[in-house]
Amino acid sequence: MNELQFLTWVRGPGLDIALGIFLLGVLWRLMEIYSLGRKKDLAAPRHAPGASGWHTILRRSLPPPGMVKRSPVSYIGGYIFHVGLAIIVFLFVPHIKLIEGLTGLSWPGLPSQVIDAVTVVTLAAMVVVLVDRINKPVKRYLSTFQDWFTWALTFLPVLTGYLAVKHLFLPYTTMLALHILSAELLLVFIPFTKLFHVFTVFGSRWYNGAINGHKGVPV
Amino acid sequence: MNKHGNLLENLAWQGISRRSFLKYCATLASLMALPPTAGRAMAEALARAPRPSVIWLPFQECTGCTESITRSHSPSIEGLIFDSISLDYQETLMAAAGHQAEEVLHKVVAENEGKFVLIIDGSVATGLDGAYSCIAGRSNLDLLREVGPKAAAIVAVGSCAAFGGIPKAKPNPTGAVAVSDIIRDKPVVNIPGCPPIPVVMTGVLAHFITFGSLPELDRLGRPRAFFGETIHDRCYRRPFYDQGKFAKTFDDDGARKGWCLFELGCKGPVTYNACAHVKWNDGTSFPIESGHGCIGCSEPDFWDAGGFYKALSMPADPLKFVAGAAVAGAAVGVAVSIANRARKGAAKAAHETATLADLEK
Repeated sequence: MNELQFLTWVRGPGLDIALGIFLLGVLWRLMEIYSLGRKKDLAAPRHAPGASGWHTILRRSLPPPGMVKRSPVSYIGGYIFHVGLAIIVFLFVPHIKLIEGLTGLSWPGLPSQVIDAVTVVTLAAMVVVLVDRINKPVKRYLSTFQDWFTWALTFLPVLTGYLAVKHLFLPYTTMLALHILSAELLLVFIPFTKLFHVFTVFGSRWYNGAINGHKGVPV
Repeated sequence: MNKHGNLLENLAWQGISRRSFLKYCATLASLMALPPTAGRAMAEALARAPRPSVIWLPFQECTGCTESITRSHSPSIEGLIFDSISLDYQETLMAAAGHQAEEVLHKVVAENEGKFVLIIDGSVATGLDGAYSCIAGRSNLDLLREVGPKAAAIVAVGSCAAFGGIPKAKPNPTGAVAVSDIIRDKPVVNIPGCPPIPVVMTGVLAHFITFGSLPELDRLGRPRAFFGETIHDRCYRRPFYDQGKFAKTFDDDGARKGWCLFELGCKGPVTYNACAHVKWNDGTSFPIESGHGCIGCSEPDFWDAGGFYKALSMPADPLKFVAGAAVAGAAVGVAVSIANRARKGAAKAAHETATLADLEK
């Protein structure tokens, strides 16, 4: 298999398999989670300011008071790489073309230089949060194989994408194929690891907010 | 073809001055990234060169490569160099036919064993023992196995000879392969392209005549000087790619402004060739300059690389499993939900109210 055949495979059958596993897993897990249900709370709802699902979504998306100072790397690094990933994935023109090819939806993208800069910052932030996880004994103690694995799954597509665009280390064709392959691996593992938070993060925040809001407790 | 002495006399006879010839050699040397002195060396060697014997064998091909080389730069020095080699066998160009032509071929091979340059265009059919493509009752495969080992150098011209090309595209009914798949014990210079750029071929010949060796080749047997960079690397529309300005259709405002053709399926980023700087038709333009994306014709298996009009980041094939996988995922989700509800129901049914007596046990 030469590099162009490798690229054509990851753009064709590889993408098909990865998206298939991704959709299968996502639908399975979302249906399972939402069908679990909870018993109806028969108590009369109590109202308190700031106690609702929507309030909690907003509140938990912002750092609690004093926490940025206590754990700056987690918060600042975490924000930077999450926002960076969103910009790279959804505003780089070739990615928009892929989404358009799959769904028919498209929107304007950002200039490549802006994406380049965001990518460098994102990669740096990811390395910093990894080093922090290794250096802090408590974080290291709490980390399981899945934490290291999902970090690598997320980091590799960004790194290979940057190397491909910059024509570093390997011929562009090979690096592009590796980039697509790494993104496909990420897709395959999203439904079955803690990376599934891309789908559940706001749902679970809303749920916690709503259930406690019913009791009049802003969380 | 005229039969005047050496190349320089031949050129003079055709109205090309020594000065233009030197200029041409300097250009050729710089195109091939050789040191400045190589231009003069090349001029001297070419001027002295006795006409080397060249045999051009056409296999499974469309004659597009010959068309490209004979027409595109005519009447230029490249064309004249072609006239000035002893092209002893070329089916499209030679006057001889039938048994006469075959006699010439075998005579030249016998007389110049180990000295002639063998140029091949077209892929080699291997299906049915090569019976899909025969000349004078002999399969191309058979002919290549006989003539190939006797050549001083082999040049595979065009994507078909270099990589199998269009005959090798799925489902490859003739079992087409590249020349280098058959000739394994000597280097084959691949000059891919559909058709290839003429100056690349004359460059390789000039290098062989001047230095007696083949130019530096890359992993795929291509002259590195011409195939070292992608079309995208040298494309004059590259700044638009970097700025995120893309033509969306072939006749929109972006297309008129000359914006990048990536979204219209340009394969420039994965295509190694010299079109963007050497250009075609005597330096006039190259496909992207004419408003069409690169189709990647000089890359191996370009025909099966997912369609000429699909952006590189788009799916290469229609997705087959996705719909089925979504249905399967939903089905698993429903099944697991039902199982969970059943477990919950069973737990509820099995629940016993604890009494004070139980707690005191």
